[in-house]
Amino acid sequence: MSDNNNSLTTEDVRKVADLAMLNLTDEQVEQYTPQLGSILSLVAEMDSVDIEGYEPTHHPHGLVNVYRDDVIEAADVTESVMASAPDTENNQYKVPPALGEEQ
Amino acid sequence: MSEVNFASVIETTAAVAKGDVSATEATQQALKKIEQDDAKINAFNTVASDSALAQAAAVDEKIASGQPVGPLAGLPIAVKDVICTEGIETTCSSNILRGWVPPYDATVVEKLKAADAIIVGKTNCDEFAMGSSNESSAFGPVLNPRDLSRVPGGSSGGAAAAVASGMVAASLGTDTGGSVRQPASFCGVVGLKPTYGGVSRYGLIAYASSFDTVGVIGNSVADAALLHDTLAGQDVRDSTSLPGARESVSDAVEASQDLKGLKVGVIKELNGSGLAGFEPEVVDRFRASVDTVVAAGADVEEISIPAIEATLGAYYMLVPSEASSNLARFDGVRYGHRASGGNTAEMMRATRTEGFGAEVQRRIMLGTYALSAGYYDAYYAKASRLRAKLIADFAAIYSEYDVLMCPTSPCVAFELGAKEDPLSMYLVDIATIPANLVGAPAISVPFGTGAADMPVGIQMIGPKFGEGTICRVAKAIEEAKND
Repeated sequence: MSDNNNSLTTEDVRKVADLAMLNLTDEQVEQYTPQLGSILSLVAEMDSVDIEGYEPTHHPHGLVNVYRDDVIEAADVTESVMASAPDTENNQYKVPPALGEEQ
Repeated sequence: MSEVNFASVIETTAAVAKGDVSATEATQQALKKIEQDDAKINAFNTVASDSALAQAAAVDEKIASGQPVGPLAGLPIAVKDVICTEGIETTCSSNILRGWVPPYDATVVEKLKAADAIIVGKTNCDEFAMGSSNESSAFGPVLNPRDLSRVPGGSSGGAAAAVASGMVAASLGTDTGGSVRQPASFCGVVGLKPTYGGVSRYGLIAYASSFDTVGVIGNSVADAALLHDTLAGQDVRDSTSLPGARESVSDAVEASQDLKGLKVGVIKELNGSGLAGFEPEVVDRFRASVDTVVAAGADVEEISIPAIEATLGAYYMLVPSEASSNLARFDGVRYGHRASGGNTAEMMRATRTEGFGAEVQRRIMLGTYALSAGYYDAYYAKASRLRAKLIADFAAIYSEYDVLMCPTSPCVAFELGAKEDPLSMYLVDIATIPANLVGAPAISVPFGTGAADMPVGIQMIGPKFGEGTICRVAKAIEEAKND
């Protein structure tokens, strides 16, 4: 991948789409490449701010660990949760074969 | 039966409480209005007539038998379609979830029901709340009730349009980068985004977990305060929700006589004299709103937060990163759409390709890129450090000021199709995203009109749990508008 934000290549986009499990047509790759490149150019704006001494944050108010009492609660939800799935068998999710083509 | 004034939450609930109108009649009126008007506005993805009428009948029964009812008894309310409602289809305005019926209610929906409000339907929005115009919805765009050639804003476009057109007096939206405030501004209604962690996210389908909040939309500051109070509180089912008691925002608004003693900072970078792109009419209305705040007794000064210039860059690294992670769960296995054919991986790829629209795909790819090997430090880590700096900058300013002000949006509602380039759409969020980066509460209140006679919203941003203070200032602006 290129280090220059604005020169994001079609190959970069194909690779990212593959990581994100998306199938793009050649037309979509052509369309997305300059769009994503221009969005990445926004990121260069961050260089104008001195962030020396600041640690990364992941909760705006610094909340870290939250505990609740270790009490077992009834959760008879299997049927309603499984009802959302496209395909199930014996309360398990059913998917096509992991290898090869579906028979 | 008497007509319900759907312009007000407080009047609707008072009419039901006095027996002037039953909950069933109020609900029937809302459903009728939706049936008449929504064909042209497209604010609703789903109208839940049967369950709404059943809920209303139960509220009427409570009233008839002399049982106490909740503070929102008989109020027809709309819920943005990214919030789970048991038994009512919830789609995130995406083809990947079309047809999905959640087996549970979000905590905020539970709280609405406990307050005896009536859920009349699910409102249209940008797909997975990603957008600023409602044009990325798989259910088609929502049109601005003030001018049907224009967008209602986004992502909670349907929620704002449903209130602005009088179909309901109130709605729930969500705000990750301005998605409650900006459509409220574009449609001329009030939108309140709470402190991050102030309202439970349980049952809100995650987009960017460290930014997402559930906000409220209504026609007045008092209505927004009442709705917010109904939702606020820590939730053991949301580990990011904040501990501590919530003060009544309604009481703060009601008790407020003037703004004497309040220190207000006007954000220089966002008042038209800093960053470019603010429409002159918006700046004019903003200046007039500052005058009313001064007239109400507040001490107003201009302040500067230079790091705001880099907030779009940080935001559009962090939010897509969180989104790419959150949306990895949509793979055709546990819920929603499944594409046919192929092996497991091929099925998952085809499902995601068919199910997600272009804007969602862009943000997933952007986030995947930012988090990928070799890029993490330059993009994600840098952005989260910049976020830490911005939080520190705001904290320093809040040690001297009670509330900050700027326009909600640099522009008024634009025409459909006007911003086809994604970057130009992102720039619209410049004034709303700082509050999301720092987790601050913020409100947009309408104050007259700008270009093309479209509404202009004024934004107040407060410190953590400063909802009462921002609502007091918003109320002063609202009252000045009505003079």
